Amino acid sequence: MEVNAEARRILAVSISKLYASRTQRGGLRLHRSLLLSLVMRSARDIYHSSRESECQSSEERMDTSSDPEEGQQQPGMPEPQTTLISSEPAQEEPDSADEECEITEDKENLSPTRQSRKRRGKASAAPDFLPIKRARLEPGEERYAAPPSCCRSGAGDSLIALSLNRVIPPPNIHTAYECLHKPHR
Amino acid sequence: VLLERDKRGVGRTDIISTVEFNHTGELLATGDKGGRVVIFQQEIENKSQPQFRSEYNVYSTFQSHEPEFDYLKSLEIEEKINKIRWLPQKNAAQFLLSTNDKTIKLWKISERDKRPEGYNLKEEDGRYKDPNTIMSLRVPVLIPMDLMVEASPRRVFANAHTYHINSISVNSDNETYLSADDLRINLWHLEITDRSFNIVDIKPANMEELTEVITAAEFHPHQCNTFVYSSSKGTIRLCDMRASALCDKHSKLFEEPEDPSNRSFFSEIISSISDVKFSHNGRYMMTRDYLSVKIWDLNMENRPVETYQVHEYLRSKLCSLYENDCIFDKFECCWNGNDSVVMTGSYNNFFRMFDRGQRRDVTLEASRENSKPMQVLKPRKVCAGGKRKKDEISVDSLDFNKKILHTAWHPQDNIIAVATTNNLYIFQDKVN
Repeated sequence: MEVNAEARRILAVSISKLYASRTQRGGLRLHRSLLLSLVMRSARDIYHSSRESECQSSEERMDTSSDPEEGQQQPGMPEPQTTLISSEPAQEEPDSADEECEITEDKENLSPTRQSRKRRGKASAAPDFLPIKRARLEPGEERYAAPPSCCRSGAGDSLIALSLNRVIPPPNIHTAYECLHKPHR
Repeated sequence: VLLERDKRGVGRTDIISTVEFNHTGELLATGDKGGRVVIFQQEIENKSQPQFRSEYNVYSTFQSHEPEFDYLKSLEIEEKINKIRWLPQKNAAQFLLSTNDKTIKLWKISERDKRPEGYNLKEEDGRYKDPNTIMSLRVPVLIPMDLMVEASPRRVFANAHTYHINSISVNSDNETYLSADDLRINLWHLEITDRSFNIVDIKPANMEELTEVITAAEFHPHQCNTFVYSSSKGTIRLCDMRASALCDKHSKLFEEPEDPSNRSFFSEIISSISDVKFSHNGRYMMTRDYLSVKIWDLNMENRPVETYQVHEYLRSKLCSLYENDCIFDKFECCWNGNDSVVMTGSYNNFFRMFDRGQRRDVTLEASRENSKPMQVLKPRKVCAGGKRKKDEISVDSLDFNKKILHTAWHPQDNIIAVATTNNLYIFQDKVN
């Protein structure tokens, strides 16, 4: 679907912009980060809704016997990323998007493997997939597996998964994140 | 509006980040990315002649801000000058406020054209005399010298902004000014640097609930209790400081409903207001968003009274403009002296003027290649699609690296200052 492809492309572009903005002089620009996250949210919503309609159309094509593997094919890509991205402010709970797909999967009588949908509530603990405490990758090194909290599948998602896994966060991401969330005295 | 071009290409290596005339228009200040301020002074060649040409020459250059480092947050603070605002002149010296992302400074610019000579205890070169050699006493006298313009920092207003300062505005009371960052607006007294009052705070208790930021703020030109601030959502709030100490509740909210047919991924970005300016008469205000300029009557909140499309042909290109970051460009806008014409910049070194009364608009170009000094500027036209006429430029051949973000209009005369990336152009009306 063209809209789907465009939404994915915009998401990929946005993520790279977000990472680039973390290393620029002058620190994170709140306004720019906010606008980026708004675009990403729109793109993610479009992507989710187009995937949902894909799910529904593929469901129609299927026989009554449900295929357990179908459930693995989740739009896993946007969710952890949106929360990653939303270490910037203006984060919307991704649960609403999840619910749409959950309904689809319930129809298929599956118990899908869910990513961690830990609510990023009042406690401003760092999200578990934000690679703050990970070891820095040496050049040429690769991560041996995707973290368990992120279910990635599908060739189309690998591009974005790639950009997440390969980027080595600069040292001040954690500091910048904290400074946006700490109450200021 | 026919313009005679008086090129003032400065050819500086640093990117101009702000341009501002003073209240008489005699002085023009520019700030750049390197933290420098350059002030030009108008020198009227021959007032008695009907066709006089005024030139702006460099008057003073000084380093206003230096790069700093915030050790607590491990962040560098850029020295780029975000805004300059002149104070109305009270005595022989000129004063301006210049700000970077975190610190505002009050600079005094004064002229010195005399120096003292004939000290008793010092030689002319400053060395102290041996007191035993002094046999007589005299009074030092002031003798003329070459004009020297000195800039000295008189006040430093620091440590009041957690986020990046985007605006400063001097109050009509001439005693206070405001500074605005993404989430807060502070009120300062020009004499007091160790504290400021917070008058607007839109920071949510939980930063994850943040939906909009402050993008610009300005005091009303005559009512010292009134100011406006614009947001990234395309709204403008007018606040009255008499209502309460914290002006979180607006007195008026100016917002135009979104046109649903124009909805896209980028609707929110392009509705973000990049500049807000009151008209000189204080009855209107102008806002600039990515594609248009809107004029609002302060008495009508539900829609602008006039809307001018700056470069509507870019609407279909928003995705590319997002990828090359141009969609985040913050264009400024300005009024002419009698509020009849408004001006704003665009890409390809184009700038646009909209004559409100005559309902005419023109696109002009600021570039060395396409016009010579003293030449009347030729109106330009962008071809949005279809057949391109001769002399038109197609949208695809526009240079998006050549952007005019900052423009200023002389408060009384038809003289404008237009900043391209590295150069400042000064144009004036042809006098016949």
